[in-house]
Amino acid sequence: MAEPLLRMTLIGKRFPGVQALDDAGLEVLPGEIHALLGENGAGKSTLIKILSGAQQPDTGTIEFGGQMVTMASPHDAQRRGIVTIYQEFTLAPNMTIAENVFIGREPGPGVFVNWRKMAAETRAITARLGLELRPMSIVRELRVAEQQMVEIARALSMKSRLIVMDEPTSALSSSEVEKLFRIVRDLKAQGLSIIFVTHRLEEVMQVCDRYTVLRDGRLVGSGSIADATIDGIIRLIVGRQVSALFAHREETDVGDVVLKVDGLFRRGNAQDQNASVLADVSLEVRRGEIVGIAGLVGAGRTEMARAVFGADPFDSGRVLIEGREVHIRSPQDAIRHGIGLVPEDRKQQALFLALAVRTNLSMASHMKILHWGMFIDEEAERAMVEEYRKKLNIRMASPEQLIASLSGGNQQKVTLARWLALGPKVLIVDEPTRGIDIGAKVEVHNLLFELARSGIAVIAISSELHEVLAISDRIVTMREGRVTGEIKREDANEEILMSMMTLSAKAA
Amino acid sequence: MTQDLHSDIQAPAKIDIIGFLARFAPLIFLIVLMTGFALDEPRFLTPLNLFNVLRQVSIYGLLAVGMTFVILTAGIDLSIGSLVAFAGLVAAAVSKGGLSNRFTVGAGQEAASHGWYLAAFAAIAVGLAGGFLQGFAITRLKVPPFVVTLGGMSAFRGGALLFAAGGPISGFEPGFVWMGQGRIFGQVPVPVIIFLAFAVLAHVVLRYTRYGRQVYAVGGNPEAARLSGLNVRAVTTSVYVIMGFFAGLGAFVLAARLNSAEAVAGTGYELTVIASVVIGGTSLFGGVGTIFGTVIGTILIGVLLNGLVLMNVSAYIQQIIIGIIIVLAVAFDTFAKSRRRTS
Repeated sequence: MAEPLLRMTLIGKRFPGVQALDDAGLEVLPGEIHALLGENGAGKSTLIKILSGAQQPDTGTIEFGGQMVTMASPHDAQRRGIVTIYQEFTLAPNMTIAENVFIGREPGPGVFVNWRKMAAETRAITARLGLELRPMSIVRELRVAEQQMVEIARALSMKSRLIVMDEPTSALSSSEVEKLFRIVRDLKAQGLSIIFVTHRLEEVMQVCDRYTVLRDGRLVGSGSIADATIDGIIRLIVGRQVSALFAHREETDVGDVVLKVDGLFRRGNAQDQNASVLADVSLEVRRGEIVGIAGLVGAGRTEMARAVFGADPFDSGRVLIEGREVHIRSPQDAIRHGIGLVPEDRKQQALFLALAVRTNLSMASHMKILHWGMFIDEEAERAMVEEYRKKLNIRMASPEQLIASLSGGNQQKVTLARWLALGPKVLIVDEPTRGIDIGAKVEVHNLLFELARSGIAVIAISSELHEVLAISDRIVTMREGRVTGEIKREDANEEILMSMMTLSAKAA
Repeated sequence: MTQDLHSDIQAPAKIDIIGFLARFAPLIFLIVLMTGFALDEPRFLTPLNLFNVLRQVSIYGLLAVGMTFVILTAGIDLSIGSLVAFAGLVAAAVSKGGLSNRFTVGAGQEAASHGWYLAAFAAIAVGLAGGFLQGFAITRLKVPPFVVTLGGMSAFRGGALLFAAGGPISGFEPGFVWMGQGRIFGQVPVPVIIFLAFAVLAHVVLRYTRYGRQVYAVGGNPEAARLSGLNVRAVTTSVYVIMGFFAGLGAFVLAARLNSAEAVAGTGYELTVIASVVIGGTSLFGGVGTIFGTVIGTILIGVLLNGLVLMNVSAYIQQIIIGIIIVLAVAFDTFAKSRRRTS
């Protein structure tokens, strides 16, 4: 085997409350396409950020081109020939292709830009990619796939030796994916190495030479694609023993259908008007039932939840509560019909960081603690906070404490209490345990069980498969805005779920 | 679990120091300032001078109370000076008995004259309408508050100049003038009573009502407020209407005090008023602030200007000092916000 171009060994990285990487590693050979695989939260992004200089590792070493190196900054990594293309492009949309390719490195005398030279060099690079793009086109007017090509052109113009692509195919149509693969193979033939971070195993089998799998921040396996099977790789990706810490849901009695979502469609996103955000999404949730929604990032899970809750509009489809169609155009409508939503991003979407625990908790249920129609009855409000502090075991010094000073787990319990105080029929929880420690996770799970037992219909969206398996009665998988399958908890395991959410409908 | 315990015990202490400073720094600064002036100039602490200071700030104070609502939602209103001029002129014309009588000399004995309450009603109606228009443009047309009210600043001033047709409108009936120049118990100026009464009312609204909670919530995190079922658009519009109410009321009191209304009245008020609110600890980022702080901030600026006058400091230097204080107050606010974020 040739000497590797890149060798990252024993990389460790700790964030407050989480060991993101622990003995992670990655070896990439010259002139190969390497797949970096793992579940959401396995540490792929963190490893890529360390490689690209955006973050510094706590432990471990990086060898690049036979030398020990430290990537002090993204600029430093680029100077050494490592360029990362993130899922969210970093192009300046109102500037031309040529300006974007040479941004920060414009050719020209002194402070002036030599436009002629910049355009010529851009044309040379795009020709090398086999593309016909006019260097003076404005980036905003390009399609997503073309914008991605501009990113690649920029990487080439920096004389890169290693290009990292984070989920490069997630926003592309299948013909665009083919084109990307052709370009990537060309680049490989020219001696470049490419790291593909992806969830799509079919594509990995099609285009990659070797793979590395991370799980819980550790390197768990690597090898040649030629010797691997999809099943084998899935087993490596999920392969944990379901943690004994997680309580399993007991058999429960479920009642009548409370929420029915029928044929939800939503077209268009910021980048592409023709893409479907939601395509014919239907599902049912019964009284006392927990339905888990599994899918990769961008599968449309959050979009479905926000559409049902009235936070985002949808183009067509119906929402029925207890058999009657309801018209939901705003969160206010949803709340009136007994739907609550615990959003995925606690700090941005749920908390009022500058306000006290008490005011945060009661925010959705002022109507219950009002006297004379306008004054908040603070006595009743304190009693409400005390009730949920006990029920949910919220650890706080005082109800007057700022919510910002609570731990993530306790903040999440306050957010849950905000909805419980309202007595909802349906509660949608989006990533209910994101960013909270393991003990609090178990508490949140038990809480969800209790809510279901009290008769609430619960929809739980989670990117952690073992969590979905631990808390759901029934699991619905989504991919690219569509429901790709439905399975009972007792029939499911992580391998099955992973293939339901990664393989396209016909392959599954 | 240990992490939970740590953050539960340690964090509040850290927050409280910043919170305490944010709340009481203006008051402490005010006391220090007054002590300093009193030592330097004995005339400063006489009741007469203190009431004069309060009377001078009472119109700024009324506007600052309205501005507190706006800034709590992370908005801004630059149009208030112009709106004060426009509403004042309308009040003056109503008091004089209509547009055609507005340049009649004298307190209206010869011409038709209406009571002060009609004038007050007219000024407030103009303020409410102006505020609603701007609130509508901000929430429905989605133009940033800075731009909408910058436009309002120009448009209302133009309206005032048109309405005044060049000259001031002066000489009102005694009841009107008393609202600006009268004193109760021979000591307390009427504008001071009006200012403090409305400050108390606004404090009750913000602190104890559901609406008050909604203002803080919309300012602190509009997305979270929307997802909690609040009508963010209605709340945002309403604060500009409230600001308009106070601009109308302020215009009425100003016209009464000067016994005159003119098109250039209120020029530059927005800066002093915004400064009072920010110095009083209300965050320009929204969601943090109190009426108590705004009252202190208003008095602080009044005392500072008054003391500097008594010490014969040039008016130009006064402007420089006010400018520096505003920047420092916002710098402190930014610092406090970053502490909240990272904790």
